[in-house]
Amino acid sequence: MYRLRFVPDKTSIPFMKGRIMGLAVSAILSFLSVILFFHPGLNYGLDFKGGILIEARTTTPIDFAQLRSALGGLGFGEVGLQQFGSPQDVLVRLEEQPGGDPAQQAAANKIRQAIIGKYPGTEIRRAEAVGATVSGELFRNGMTAMGLALIAMLAYIAFRFDWPFGVGAVATLVLDVTKMIGFFVITDIQFNLTAIAAILTVMGFSINDKVVVYDRVRENLRKYKTMPLRQLIDLSINETLNRTVNTSVTTFLATMPLAIFAHGPIQDFAFVLLFGIVIATSSSIFIAAPILLFLGERRLRPGLSAAQARGDGAKGEGEPKKPAVSTS
Amino acid sequence: MIHFAPWKIAVTVIACLLGLIYAAPNLVSEQAASRIPSWLPHKQLVLGLDLQGGSHLLLEVDTGAVLKERVNSLLDGVRTSLRKDRTVQYTGLAMEGDTVVVRVTDPAKLEQVRKQIREDEPDTEISGDGQLLRIGFRAAEVEAKRRAAIEQSIEIVRRRIDEMGTREPIIQRQGDNRILVQVPGLSDPQRLKDILGKTAKLTFRFVDEETSVEDAKQGRLPPSSELLKYEERGSTAGAEIVVRRRIMVSGENLTDARASFDEHSRPAVSFKFDSVGGRRFGDATKDNVGKLFAIVLDNRVISAPRIQSAILGGSGIITGSFTTQQAQDLALLLRAGALPAPLKIIEERSVGPELGADSIQAGVYSCLVGFILVVIYMVAAYGLFGLFANIALILNLVLIIAIMSVMEATLTLPGIAGILLTLGMAVDANVLVNERIREETKNGRSPLVAIDVGYTRAWATILDSNLTTIIKMVLLYAFGSGAVKGFAVTITIGILTSMFTAILVVRMIMVAWIKRRRLKLLPV
Repeated sequence: MYRLRFVPDKTSIPFMKGRIMGLAVSAILSFLSVILFFHPGLNYGLDFKGGILIEARTTTPIDFAQLRSALGGLGFGEVGLQQFGSPQDVLVRLEEQPGGDPAQQAAANKIRQAIIGKYPGTEIRRAEAVGATVSGELFRNGMTAMGLALIAMLAYIAFRFDWPFGVGAVATLVLDVTKMIGFFVITDIQFNLTAIAAILTVMGFSINDKVVVYDRVRENLRKYKTMPLRQLIDLSINETLNRTVNTSVTTFLATMPLAIFAHGPIQDFAFVLLFGIVIATSSSIFIAAPILLFLGERRLRPGLSAAQARGDGAKGEGEPKKPAVSTS
Repeated sequence: MIHFAPWKIAVTVIACLLGLIYAAPNLVSEQAASRIPSWLPHKQLVLGLDLQGGSHLLLEVDTGAVLKERVNSLLDGVRTSLRKDRTVQYTGLAMEGDTVVVRVTDPAKLEQVRKQIREDEPDTEISGDGQLLRIGFRAAEVEAKRRAAIEQSIEIVRRRIDEMGTREPIIQRQGDNRILVQVPGLSDPQRLKDILGKTAKLTFRFVDEETSVEDAKQGRLPPSSELLKYEERGSTAGAEIVVRRRIMVSGENLTDARASFDEHSRPAVSFKFDSVGGRRFGDATKDNVGKLFAIVLDNRVISAPRIQSAILGGSGIITGSFTTQQAQDLALLLRAGALPAPLKIIEERSVGPELGADSIQAGVYSCLVGFILVVIYMVAAYGLFGLFANIALILNLVLIIAIMSVMEATLTLPGIAGILLTLGMAVDANVLVNERIREETKNGRSPLVAIDVGYTRAWATILDSNLTTIIKMVLLYAFGSGAVKGFAVTITIGILTSMFTAILVVRMIMVAWIKRRRLKLLPV
C-alpha cells in the first residue's frame, strides 16, 4: 500500500547546527512582537475594552457613507462601521460610553433604532454591550488564566522532568505567546476572550509537542549513556519528526474548515489556531531543543564536559551511533 | 498487555455501546426526541445561546439603594422615638452616609433617648460623641438585608421571566450581587430588558391638595409630602404633582393584575387586593370621598383619579396612558411583584435566531469537512492502522456527543471548534502509538510484542501531553465566561474520550486483527 510520508523514515537532520540561527530568528520575531504590542498595540475587543457591538442585516444594500453620518450624528463618539459578507451586512462598533452601564444600554438602543429607522425590516443579528466593570473583570480573569497556565506548565514539566526541561519548555512558550501577540497586532484581529482561548489552546498544543520531544530525549539519555547531548537531541528530534509532522498536519486539517466556513469571531479564532500550530511545531525543533542543549549540557551529561561534548558533537554529526545496550 | 481480561473487553464494548445509545437521540428532531419514553436515553445536546439565538444578560443588584432606603426609614423611626417624650429637644436630625445622626440638646436626657431608640429599633447600634448620637444598623443586619435583597431579586426576576412565557430560561446568582439571565430563542431582547429594568414599586397614596406644585418648587414642601413626576394621559410633558409620603396601600397587597380596558375601551390594568389591602383601601376611600389619590409606580404618578365613592370591593382599575403592550407588561410586573432594589444591566449579549442557525450550519460543515480530511490523511499516512485510528475517531465523536448530552453540557460555537481540535489532537495518541509500533517492528519485534511495547512506551507521553492540556482547560473554564467555557468543556471531554479510544479500543482491534490473521510481521 502506498503511504504518504512527509518525512522519510530514517532522517538524521542536524537540527542543532541551526540552533543559534533558530534562537536568533525567534528572539528577533518575539522582540518585534513586543514592540508591536506597545505600538500600535492590540486591538482589544468588546470583552476587554467594553463598548457596544451590533451586527445587522438589512433588506436592501447599505449606503455606508449615509449610515455612517446618520449614526455619527447621534453623538456617541467614534462609530465604527464595517461591512462583511454581503453588502447587506454591517457591523457597528461603539466605544464604551461615559456614564456607566445604563448609558451603554441607552446608546445600544438608540443605535438599534437608528438602523431600523433607516432600513426598515432590518434584522438585528447580534447585539452586545459590555460595561467597564465587566470588561475589567474579564481582562483580569483572562490574564490570570494565562499567567496561571504558564506557572502550571512550568511546575508540571519541572515535576515530571528535570528543571532544564521545564525552563526550556516555558521559555519556548513565552516566545510562542509573544509571537502570537504580534500576529494579533499585525492582522488586527480583535483581542478578546476567544483570543485567550486560542492562545491557551496553542500553548497546550505546543507543550504537547515539547513533551513528546523531551520524552524521547529522556529515554535516549538512558539508552545512549555516552552520546554527547547535542547529538542525542538531534537523534531524538529526528526520531519524533514523523509524529510531530503528522500530528500538526491532522490538527491543521481539522481546524482549517472552520477558518473557511465560519464567520466573525470564530473564524478569527481558527486563523489564530492555524498560525499557532505552525509556530508551536517549529518552536519544538528550533527553540525548545536548543534551549535544552544550552541549559542541560552540564547537568544532563555530567560525565562529559561542555567543551568535550561540543567537540564530539561536531565530529560525530550525521548517523547516530547504534545503541550500546538496549534497555528494553 | 496482549491478552485482555474478558471483563476489560466487556467493559470497553459496553462503554462504546452506551455511547452510541446515548448519542442516538441527537439524530432525530427535537419533537421526536420529546416523545421518547423517559426510561430510554432521550436527552439531546443543549445548544448555547450563540447557536440557538437568545439573550444573555448580566444584572447587578443595586444593594446600596436597599440600604439607603432602610436608613431613610430609620430616620423616620428615630424621629418618632424622639417625639415620644415631648420634653426631649434635639437638633440636626439627618442622614449621614449609612447612619442617622442627631444632637440631643439636654445632656441629661441622653441616656433616656438612647434607651428609647434601642427599644424601638433593636437592629441598630448607637455610638456617640457627647450629645451627638450616631445610629446605624449592625454590620450583620446590613449583610442579612443585602443578602435578602439579592435572593428576593432573583425570585422576582424568575417570576417575571416565567410570566413572559419564554422557554427554559436560566436564572442564576453569580458572584456576590449579580444575576445571570439567559433566555434562549428570543428574537426581541428589548422587551426582556424593559421588563427586568423596572423596579415596579406600586403605591397608592393621597395627593397633597393643600400644597401647590409652585410652592413645592420654591421649597415650601411639608416633610410629609413629596414632588413627583405626573405622567397621566392628557397631562402635559414634564408635569409634576405633590403627593403625600404616607402609603395607603402598596403593591405587596395585590393578589392579581390583568390587562383590560376602561369604559372608553382604552388599555388599562385591573387589579385585586388581598383582604388586608382591600380593607385598608376601603377604609381610606370611605373617609376621603371627593379627594384625589395617586397611583405611584417607581416614583412616577401614573394616574391620579378623584375618589367618587368608597371602593369596598377590593378591586380596581388603573387607567393611564398605556398602549396595550404596556398594559400587559404592567400587569405582568404587578403580578410578579416589585424588586427590592433596582437592577442594572452590566453585560448584554444577544444573538438572533437566524445568526444562530447560520452558525450551526457553519459548525456542521466545518466538522464534516475537517473530519473527512483527517480520516483521509490517516489512511494515507498509516494504511490499515490509520483505518483503526479512524474507527477510534468516529467513536470519539460519538462519545463526546453522548457525554455532553447526558451531562446536559452546553454546546457553543467555540465548543464545536473544541470538538474539531480534539479530533485533530486525538489522532496524536494514535500517531504516537503507531510510530512506536513501526519503530519496534523495524527493530525486528513480532507484531504482538511491537504493539505491546509501542503502547507501553507511548502511554507516558500521551498522559503527559494530555494532562497539560487538561490543566489549561480547567483554568480556562474557571476564568473564562460564556461561550468560551463551552470550548474548555468539549476539549476536556474530548481528551478523556480520545485517551480511552486510543489506548483501549484501538489496541483491542489491533490485537484481534493480528491474532485472526496470524501475522508474523507487521506491514508497517
